[in-house]
Amino acid sequence: MSTSVSNPSRTSALPRITSPWRSVGAVVCLFWLVMAVIGPWLAPHDVGQVVSDDIFGPLSAQYPLGTDYMGRDMLSRMLVAARYTVGLALVAALLSSMIGTFIALAAAVSPRWLEDGICRLMDALIAIPSKMLALVIVAGFGSSVPLLIITAIIGYAPGAFRIAYSLAASLYTMEYVQVAQTRGESRLYIALREMLPNMLNPVLADLGLRFVFIVLLLSGLSFLGLGVQPPDADLGSLVRENIGGLSQGAAALIAPALAIGTLTVGVNLLIDRISSHRNGR
Amino acid sequence: MSTHILWLIGRRLAAAVLTLLIVSVVIFAITAILPGDSAQQILGQFATPEQIEALRQQLGLNQPAIVRYLDWFGGLLSGNLGESMTNNMPVTELLQGRLGNTLMLALVTSVVSVPVALLLGITAAIYRGGRLDKCLSTLTLALVAVPEFLVATLAVLIFAVKLRWFSALSYASDVTSPLAFIRTYTLPVMTLCFVIVAQMARMTRAAVVDQLDSSYAEMARLKGLGNLRIALVHALPNAVGPIANAIALSLSYLFGGVVIVETIFNYPGIASLMVDAVTNRDIALVQACTMLFCSGYLLLVLIADVSAILSNPRLRTR
Repeated sequence: MSTSVSNPSRTSALPRITSPWRSVGAVVCLFWLVMAVIGPWLAPHDVGQVVSDDIFGPLSAQYPLGTDYMGRDMLSRMLVAARYTVGLALVAALLSSMIGTFIALAAAVSPRWLEDGICRLMDALIAIPSKMLALVIVAGFGSSVPLLIITAIIGYAPGAFRIAYSLAASLYTMEYVQVAQTRGESRLYIALREMLPNMLNPVLADLGLRFVFIVLLLSGLSFLGLGVQPPDADLGSLVRENIGGLSQGAAALIAPALAIGTLTVGVNLLIDRISSHRNGR
Repeated sequence: MSTHILWLIGRRLAAAVLTLLIVSVVIFAITAILPGDSAQQILGQFATPEQIEALRQQLGLNQPAIVRYLDWFGGLLSGNLGESMTNNMPVTELLQGRLGNTLMLALVTSVVSVPVALLLGITAAIYRGGRLDKCLSTLTLALVAVPEFLVATLAVLIFAVKLRWFSALSYASDVTSPLAFIRTYTLPVMTLCFVIVAQMARMTRAAVVDQLDSSYAEMARLKGLGNLRIALVHALPNAVGPIANAIALSLSYLFGGVVIVETIFNYPGIASLMVDAVTNRDIALVQACTMLFCSGYLLLVLIADVSAILSNPRLRTR
């Protein structure tokens, strides 16, 4: 992601007025990235440790985000859960983007019948709403961390494929690709050395979107109790386990829900900023 | 209508049917890849291998996957969706009891979200570049990415817990008067509307802006017409196709959102039935619900495609 962040600042030569709203996205993204890396070491208490008799305790100096439904420190739980949410989604988004892009490249340089076959299969996978697909996979195989990543890949690689394929298909008709073909280069060389470098920017922007979708999917699944399984917890599981505090307006419920919201909204704002930079709007 | 349009629509229809076929294969492959699982589940952990074997024989689980797929698919076509294992009743009956509730939720959401989204999108397009447009753009951009359960929790907190206007849980069967209707549907519909309205407003704005950028809109502007008149009288009729496309595509987001919303509000619809089925690994029910949702989703995408074709005047005159 760091390349996509640094790119536009290099390419935008003209000074432009940036409203504070625009940089909010970058700040929020950076915050969550740092939290995912160092968060668990900052946690003041052990995640499973019951520290207070007070369940759904309010915000206090001792427990900055209150306590959860069992009297555990909410801040510590959030710091550990954030790593699950950000880490899982990042891995899954990277993999789905890579897999989608490589299948697209393979399809673009393949014989016609194979290309059509791949496109038809991908269209069918896109036609299954990703939440439904995830539910079916969990119903078939149960829920585990590797399976969640695979689920997210099956759900979102086809979308990455569609973007990358439309790019690759138009690149394939370019003269420099035809020159390479005439030169007798292999399909692999054409795909990786001629086409891939010219697709990177839009593919990276799409990677950001995949990340947002996957965060929403995985935390949604955890919220339904079908995602990350106890004793581990991601932010979605924290919302689920504290839903009992709804009637009291417990901080333990609102904090993780807000956390997911800021993460996805932040990334979304950042992508918008980067792509509007690139379009020179 | 020319034969060319009919041919285009026919091709979309055929593609949709083919896609649905592939979807059914994918769903079946995922859920039926572990044979014997359902026999084991019916009998529980303490069943002897002989009992399991006998039941597998009875359920036809020992047959090759392709035979079981054809059986299942034949059942789908004839309306026999199998037996729900956890509820001990035919899947069709379970679905019948709940389909109406989910459709009602979807209908109310559409009725509320479409006018609001069109109003926001068209307004933003008219005042394009202005402060209102920028605010709406940022707001909708942010809302597109907000998880449903955040909206739902905050909504319950504000309207059910603090203000005590609505109940936090929905009981669709309680609806006897208009007031009860509002009480039941406001919170779930509001939650669903958030993301859908944001999505739809953005796409509507893009469609109208696209028309406002065209040369005939510039002509109208040079002629001295007001912004409002250009947008409503000149641009909007030409944007109807893209807008219909946007509406259908945005409403297809319902199929994801409804899963979370029905669960939070305890709404007795198909989606919450499906979540229960997944939790209990009630495979026949999961398969049926998924096929139902995927068909609905494909239907909306098909409507979006067809409205895009029909609205293209170049195709109409050919």
